[in-house]
Amino acid sequence: MTDDLTRARTLLRVGGAITLLALLGAAGVYWLALNFTPTEASQGLAQKIFYIHVPAAWGALVSFTLCGLASAAYLFLHEPRIDRFAASSAEVGLAFAAVMLTTGPIWGKPIWGTWWDWDPRLTLTLLLFFIFLGYGALRSALHDPGERARFSAVIGIMALVLVPFIHLSVYLFRTIHPKPVVLRPEGPALPIEMLRTLLVSVGVFTLLYVGLVTMRYALGIARDHAEANAGGPDA
Amino acid sequence: MGEFFRVALAVAAKDLRLELRTRATILSAVIFAALVLVVFNFSRDPTAVAAIDLAPGVLWVTVAFASVVALNRAFTVEREHAALDGLRLAPASRGALFVGKALANLAFVLLIEAVTVPLAVLFFELPVATAGWGLPLILFLSSIGFVAVGTLLSAMAVKTRFGELMLPVLLLPFLVPPLIASAGATSRLLAGRPLSEVVGWLRFLTVYDLVFVTLGLLLFGAVIDE
Repeated sequence: MTDDLTRARTLLRVGGAITLLALLGAAGVYWLALNFTPTEASQGLAQKIFYIHVPAAWGALVSFTLCGLASAAYLFLHEPRIDRFAASSAEVGLAFAAVMLTTGPIWGKPIWGTWWDWDPRLTLTLLLFFIFLGYGALRSALHDPGERARFSAVIGIMALVLVPFIHLSVYLFRTIHPKPVVLRPEGPALPIEMLRTLLVSVGVFTLLYVGLVTMRYALGIARDHAEANAGGPDA
Repeated sequence: MGEFFRVALAVAAKDLRLELRTRATILSAVIFAALVLVVFNFSRDPTAVAAIDLAPGVLWVTVAFASVVALNRAFTVEREHAALDGLRLAPASRGALFVGKALANLAFVLLIEAVTVPLAVLFFELPVATAGWGLPLILFLSSIGFVAVGTLLSAMAVKTRFGELMLPVLLLPFLVPPLIASAGATSRLLAGRPLSEVVGWLRFLTVYDLVFVTLGLLLFGAVIDE
């Protein structure tokens, strides 16, 4: 059992180092964005938030998707490590979604003239945010590790399946969100300098994801260890 | 296949019989729905907002809330005296148990709607005649989706200490897409538009139902088996 704690400590250190590296990278992205990337003609400096908003969205997407896939894998394999990874990924995804939902309105106010709009992508993120808040609430309300893992796996899968429905239902309304500028059939519509900064930032956020999940995973090991020894989180 | 439906119907019949004998939950859910409608009426400034503009939204919010109340019941009855263990020991497929619980829930939700809709017609002067058969169709299709997702989630929520609060927290985000479709289609129909104009929404609801009923059949075992 103490092996677990040693492993948790090592993982926490590794994750911490990766996270630190990613945070330094994020500072680097802003140095790059402010000094070596052209300012967008019509949006001005407000557009600079793009280099954190889009990568955060990417991070949230990766987190929730991996959580959903890990959830499906858990129901087949019943491997506690997969459940721990799914839970870590969901929690990190919540953090990224929070960044996305905060930076969005900050940009939206000067550019759209409104903090919030029920646009497909906003609504999708908001609903996923709520679903994974519920996922976390359910996890913390269940004490049996097996039950907690199975139940959260079911929610993880359901969330993944719901995504196209949310998107379609809100899309049938209307949208003022900027159209995709990078991943579109005709190829990226961004100047190469902007694309470079964005790609660097996406890389940095992916690294941040790896670092945070590793740390959260290590805490998961420590928590399971504590629960196994104390007979429950309340004890 | 015959065995599957026999088990499903037996489970549904058990739930309905239980409810008919006590009438505790369904009566409260119906009264709750009526009260929501009354409260909504006073949230509207009658000189500024016409009842018809608000009605589709009010109707669907009421149906959604009342469904949550009814769905909470589904597994609280199984929790008492560990009745779920008995159900689990039965040599029946998990899919059949899911369909049985979902059918009983569907009956409750449809019953709530059967009371809510006439009350909404009365309180909000809904021109249901213009909506025709489209409205019951939308109610039916969205109810299937509600209970498919709700049955699965309520079986989990009941295991937590604050299950009555946990269910809406888990359930409502999943109900938003079908609610958007239902409210959208309802307001079109009430405005006198033809049924052909809401076919897209009806298809959306049907696909949602198919996907989540399938998911329920597949995942229910993971929820009730230890």
